[in-house]
Amino acid sequence: MVRYRGTVGGRGFRFDGLARLLGAASPGRSGDALAGVAAGSEQERVAARRALAEVELGRFLAEPVVPYEADDVTRLILDGHDAAAFAPLAAQTVGGFREWLLGADGPGLAAVARGLTPEMVAAASKLMSNAELVAVARKARVVTAFRSTVGLPGRLATRLQPNHPTDDPAGVAAAILDGLLLGCGDAVIGINPAGDGPERARALLELVDGVIERYRIPTQSCVLCHVTTTLGLMERGAPVDLVFQSIAGTQAANAAFGVTLAMLDEAHDAVRRLGRGTVGGQAMYFETGQGSALSAGAHHGVDQQTLEARAYAVARRYDPLLVNTVVGFIGPEYLFDGRQILRAALEDHFCGKLLGVPMGVDVCYTNHADADEDDIGTMLTMLGAAGVSFVICTPGGDDVMLNYQSASYHDALYLREVLGLRPAPEFEAWLADVGLLDAAGRVRELGPSEGHPLLELGAAGR
Amino acid sequence: MSGGTGADEVWTALRARTSARIGLGRAGWGLPTRHRLELQGALAEARDAVHAEFRPERVEGALRERGLPGAVRVRSAAADRLTYLQRPDLGRRLADGEAERLAEATRGGPWDVVLVVADGLSVRAVHAHAAPLLGAVAAGLAADGTRVAPVVLASQARVALGDEVAAAVRAPLVAVLIGERPGLSAADSLGVYLTLDPRPGRTVDAERNCVSNVRPPLGLSYEAAAHRLVDLMRRARRLGRTGVALKAADDPPGGGAAQIPDSNAGR
Repeated sequence: MVRYRGTVGGRGFRFDGLARLLGAASPGRSGDALAGVAAGSEQERVAARRALAEVELGRFLAEPVVPYEADDVTRLILDGHDAAAFAPLAAQTVGGFREWLLGADGPGLAAVARGLTPEMVAAASKLMSNAELVAVARKARVVTAFRSTVGLPGRLATRLQPNHPTDDPAGVAAAILDGLLLGCGDAVIGINPAGDGPERARALLELVDGVIERYRIPTQSCVLCHVTTTLGLMERGAPVDLVFQSIAGTQAANAAFGVTLAMLDEAHDAVRRLGRGTVGGQAMYFETGQGSALSAGAHHGVDQQTLEARAYAVARRYDPLLVNTVVGFIGPEYLFDGRQILRAALEDHFCGKLLGVPMGVDVCYTNHADADEDDIGTMLTMLGAAGVSFVICTPGGDDVMLNYQSASYHDALYLREVLGLRPAPEFEAWLADVGLLDAAGRVRELGPSEGHPLLELGAAGR
Repeated sequence: MSGGTGADEVWTALRARTSARIGLGRAGWGLPTRHRLELQGALAEARDAVHAEFRPERVEGALRERGLPGAVRVRSAAADRLTYLQRPDLGRRLADGEAERLAEATRGGPWDVVLVVADGLSVRAVHAHAAPLLGAVAAGLAADGTRVAPVVLASQARVALGDEVAAAVRAPLVAVLIGERPGLSAADSLGVYLTLDPRPGRTVDAERNCVSNVRPPLGLSYEAAAHRLVDLMRRARRLGRTGVALKAADDPPGGGAAQIPDSNAGR
């Protein structure tokens, strides 16, 4: 076991192993305290950062934080490591890497992405301020496409999330209509079903597919059920655009989700064969979130932010269209308040983008966390500045099925207005075609008695 | 429908189909003042439900009125709300000395089942719905001669605290009535988790059965919830287990929506 040492204010601290060092260096959060991997004091935390700053990046290849023999995510990371892409950084320390990141340009970041491991970017993030996480992530663009293009500079896409407590088709359609009229849905129209049954999922897929077909909307649908359910649906000819799965950063945590890499391989092959995209072929969608490994008792003594970054290594194996952290969903025992949730959102976005993943964020909280709607606004603004690929949007900022608070459709209007961001280009052209943009290119409001063909989506409810 | 029908008319009809906050209109990019304040009101209800103080005497009084006297109070190892929210492990364990006290207070067994009222994440749900639901459940259990231990009222408690309670009371079956995590459309939803032969510290969620959203008149009624629970208890004892196996025989699979592990209902 390698022992790392750091000193602050004349006090020396010792950290036994890289995992211990990373945990102690991490900005404070309730989940790491719960797992017993956090620093015991602020001084210890800074001492850990000083020690971490001196660690050479190559050390992360030599000392896996989760054992290679025990974990297929570790094997995926190390076996897939691109030594040629890593070569320019091989002699860097974590501290030097942080400085290199601050000075690098977009092409420079993209060139090294495959040479970076999740642990390296997680380590760098622990030495960076919130503002630095924004500034570096902004330079790392990851562009993906299916029927719309996500991740272009100056653009912000949205997942329209029209969940309903009983999957009632008219209720779902009503929430889709509301989102479209507010300019949302260009990343995906994605429903979390209330039940995981295949028939229900198929009915929802056909509903959204029908809307997309009828109005010729350049976007994709997704029903977020388990990968095995979606595999079965594809076999039976359901209109599947994207395969969804929740994933985590250790093999055991993925097992708790009931998922293996082999299952994801199979689903990826199947959805690529369907080839339903028009402007691109990326067809996987993943959700992640700090704390999921601890929640599953599968964290191996590693801090939750490092494990979260490892989930992006799983994601990038499948060349996904969309990946987002559901950052505040897990609850205050992992991320206690708005400040911890904001920090995690910026870390997750930064790590995802550096690793080459098309990173979005579900900017959200639960009502037992110490957070409120102002935290949503703060997070959105910082993530918008950081060039987030997409955010989740719900009617009025309230998900009535999952019982948590996320960004609203109105928040998408906000972010696009204050930061001058535009929807995905294909979707923007569609909004113009159907008369929903004003002369300045902003989403306009329908008059109280104004008709519009989209309003017929509400016919089922009448 | 005619293309001439306007947005306002459509929203009026659609609001009947979902509790989602649709068709709110706009003030520039933002919400109209009325809707913004309505949303804040709902958020305030949810937050107050989480942080309200559990008043066991209120539940005791309501239980006495229903002919269920002699409830026993216990505390978890989480000393206060702040600790409770950050340390789920402490909310799953009894405070020092509580197990012995509980064993003493429930000596008159043997018992077939113990019913636990846990504050969980919505004290409001517990204050409103626990006693009426227990009244209905007790009536159902009395009908087939089930021996029910004194009701246990647990503060700063999560679902798995029921496992330690069952061990102390020496009851083979435990039902935990607990306040579920408040959302904006439901701040007072009560859930019930049923576990046979719980093993403190080792029972996993897949070994429990759940009846959720007890919240009349909008959610499940007391009578319907009690009927389901009594039926689940009867079949659990016959089958010798609770959890996925029992559920499979019961209703179609569902509720697996949120794949990211959450802290709903304080598991």
